[in-house]
Amino acid sequence: MKNIRFIVLGILFGIVLSKAEVISWYRIYEMFKFQSFHMYGIIGSAVVLGIILFSFFKKGTIKNYLGEKIMIEPKEKGFYRTIIGGTIFGLGWGLIGACPGPMFILLGRGVLSILIVIFGGLLGVLFYHAIKHKLPH
Amino acid sequence: MDFILEPWPWYIGGPFITLIMFFLFYYGKKFGISSNLESICAMGGAGKLHEFFTFDWKKNRWNLMFIIGTVIGGFIAFKFMTPDQAIALNPETISDLSEIGFQNAGVQYLPDEIFGLEALLSIKGAAILIIAGILVGFGSRYAGGCTSGHAITGLSNLELPSLIAVIGFFIGGLIMTWLILPLLF
Repeated sequence: MKNIRFIVLGILFGIVLSKAEVISWYRIYEMFKFQSFHMYGIIGSAVVLGIILFSFFKKGTIKNYLGEKIMIEPKEKGFYRTIIGGTIFGLGWGLIGACPGPMFILLGRGVLSILIVIFGGLLGVLFYHAIKHKLPH
Repeated sequence: MDFILEPWPWYIGGPFITLIMFFLFYYGKKFGISSNLESICAMGGAGKLHEFFTFDWKKNRWNLMFIIGTVIGGFIAFKFMTPDQAIALNPETISDLSEIGFQNAGVQYLPDEIFGLEALLSIKGAAILIIAGILVGFGSRYAGGCTSGHAITGLSNLELPSLIAVIGFFIGGLIMTWLILPLLF
């Protein structure tokens, strides 16, 4: 069961996002209102440290647990998919104040309503794949 | 010890997220939550509806374990690490919210106006929950990632598609927060 380590990382992620209030609807609202530095500080510091971390991956200074170079899969390119998809995602994020990670963390808090949101998320994914050949990417 | 029970500041939260991302890459994986939604669909038999979902979801089992962990983590933080559920909001935010119909903002962790039982059992409230979910699910897969895959991993890797996606996240979030939310509540 080497997957246990991923449960442990998930537990840590759930605790960190709960304690830093990232999963609170209010914090997301406040972010989009530009009324607090909190969320910008979290995402900003994670990205700045991430850039430094990835530069070590690319140089090969930090290797993976097998001693191999860590490769980062590039994101799929496409202006329409990222700008339109991103905007649709943002509308949902602004409305429910939770992106996919926080949805599952909120489930752990016993927030019943989030089951409907997760169900909606699954429907959205099905819907995307059903019509993706008609969408600009 | 008191520190653990209080809300954690951004300079603890942000670096911890990078640390978790480091371990995921160190163990040969990646940091991306929204692809789990596809795995769950595939696991639930969506392959019968669309050929895309016939992929072998078992290879993503590690990521499903990760989100099971997040559920447990949410439970632990809620039950044992957060004696005070209030969110210390900017007074401006509280008054803005009160203007659009959200009472007692920040007294609880989440607004009852969206997550409360009464909202859940109303047509409007249930519609908001399901539509928000559809937007997040649809948008994240169309864009090729969510906050973890684009905003954290993609920006850390200095990827242009991720920068465009994050700009999109903000366009959508700002339209919702400034224009649509006041109409809904």
